[in-house]
Amino acid sequence: MSDLLTLADVHTHIGRYHILHGVDLAVAEGQTTMLLGRNGAGKTTTLRTIMGLWPASSGQITLGGQRIEQSATPDIARMGVGYVPESMAVFSDLTVQENLVLAARDGPLDDSRLEWIFGFFPALKRFWLSRAGSLSGGQKQMLSIARAIVEPRKLLLIDEPTKGLAPAIVMALIECFAEIKRRGATILLVEQNFYAAREIGDAVLVMDNGRIVHRGTMADLAQDTALQERLLGLSLEAHQ
Amino acid sequence: MTDIAASDALPKPKRDLLPVLLPVILALAMIPLIGSGSSWVTLTMASLAMGMMIFIMASGLTLVFGLMDVLNFGHGAFIAVGAYIATLVLLPLASWVQADSLLLNLAVLAPAALAAMAVSGALGLLFERVLILPIYGQHLKQILMTTGGLIVAEQALYALWGPQIIPTPLPTSLRGSFIIGDVAISKYRLLAMLVGLAVFLGIQLVLNRTKIGLLIRAGVENREMVEALGYRIRRLFLGVFMTGSGLAGLGGIMWALYREQVHASMGNDLTVLVFIVVIIGGLDSIGGCFIGALLVAMVANYGGFLVPKLALVSNILLMVAILMWRPRGLYAVTSR
Repeated sequence: MSDLLTLADVHTHIGRYHILHGVDLAVAEGQTTMLLGRNGAGKTTTLRTIMGLWPASSGQITLGGQRIEQSATPDIARMGVGYVPESMAVFSDLTVQENLVLAARDGPLDDSRLEWIFGFFPALKRFWLSRAGSLSGGQKQMLSIARAIVEPRKLLLIDEPTKGLAPAIVMALIECFAEIKRRGATILLVEQNFYAAREIGDAVLVMDNGRIVHRGTMADLAQDTALQERLLGLSLEAHQ
Repeated sequence: MTDIAASDALPKPKRDLLPVLLPVILALAMIPLIGSGSSWVTLTMASLAMGMMIFIMASGLTLVFGLMDVLNFGHGAFIAVGAYIATLVLLPLASWVQADSLLLNLAVLAPAALAAMAVSGALGLLFERVLILPIYGQHLKQILMTTGGLIVAEQALYALWGPQIIPTPLPTSLRGSFIIGDVAISKYRLLAMLVGLAVFLGIQLVLNRTKIGLLIRAGVENREMVEALGYRIRRLFLGVFMTGSGLAGLGGIMWALYREQVHASMGNDLTVLVFIVVIIGGLDSIGGCFIGALLVAMVANYGGFLVPKLALVSNILLMVAILMWRPRGLYAVTSR
């Protein structure tokens, strides 16, 4: 399977701070790759660097064979990258409908795709004309994900989607990500919830101090509690 | 666009109507204090006209600050330049201005307004590229640089046209008043109200009914996310800046005709007033700016009539009162 996204020796500075110290990673096409690690390991910075929001100071980022480390964020998005930030960043002054209309960059909303999204997130249909600012945290997360998938995207960068959400909503998200993958999208997903990560992920990357310290399959990591404890300071049992 | 029945949606959040009612409440409260009905109508009409003109000037600043987070203390330069450019068009065509023909009057007024907007918009483009582009996100530098820009523009006007006040006569058809009973309604004030209302409705239409409007509203809230959706917001910024500058130019000609004069320091004089309106409105809300402009004009007119000495500080007092009630202004969209 070919790699859709690769990062080679990527360094990122934010002001005076050196956050990414030579990140090397590859995301295989059609797979869901989990990016795990402790708080402050550099996971969010990695996604933002790929998106061009915090540009890389050095190194190479390649998407579908094209170098993008010098590209502007809108150009990266137009190459087929959808981004769901940790803060969700829904436009609270706009309605659910308006949020999705804006996300549908290439034309009007596709009814059948919308119905597909409503299948996972029926609340979005119910709140269609409500301001996004009036939604609950879980509904905002649904809207944020719906915005990223309202048109087909090659690669989805998703930052901690289950953070602070009720278990029922986490289950809906897991089902959603599985379905998105079945439709052929490639996903790079930052996650702290190991249970969710195990359910969703094909491959896993673990970060620490701005570097990738482990890469392998999710199945292998899920079976190896000693490795989990060493890399993440947790055991799967503690999260079940 | 997908049509999903509105009935499927839960009730929309409660609308905050109190600020909208404020001008109405203020106007009604003034009736017993002013006593004479005709004086009240005259003052109210004067307030509405003045408020609309201030709104036209301030709306551009609201858009620029809201979308671009730029503190443009040079906004007054666009107002003054707009007024001077319009005067340049009007003066050579004085015979058309003085002609007793609405058609001829409009034939000279329309190009004067268009020229004012075009030149102010072009100046806005220059301002953004030269002064503001290197200092996005740096408020202190923005204040210093744009204040410097205002001073340069003002001195350029002094150098080109001198320190004297230049009369800008109203076209003949817009002089005088419509008399209804014992109430006189100035024709020009009526025109100012109509133009202000048209600008307000036009901006609301664009912001609420078009994709560009959605982008502007979304950009006010989260520029970064708009870019992450694939939109080149910098181009939109530039368009908004030029539109804001152009509106200031339109406000400039409206104000010049209202005062029937232009002078080089008029932009500087109006900057404080425009900022007060924008702050009262909530910094980035067009609706808030509209209500703020009406309130400022009402307080100035009613206050000037009832307590003339208060007129000097009425705007500041109004701003203090509004900010004590709503520290983020009447309709703040984002928290800054």
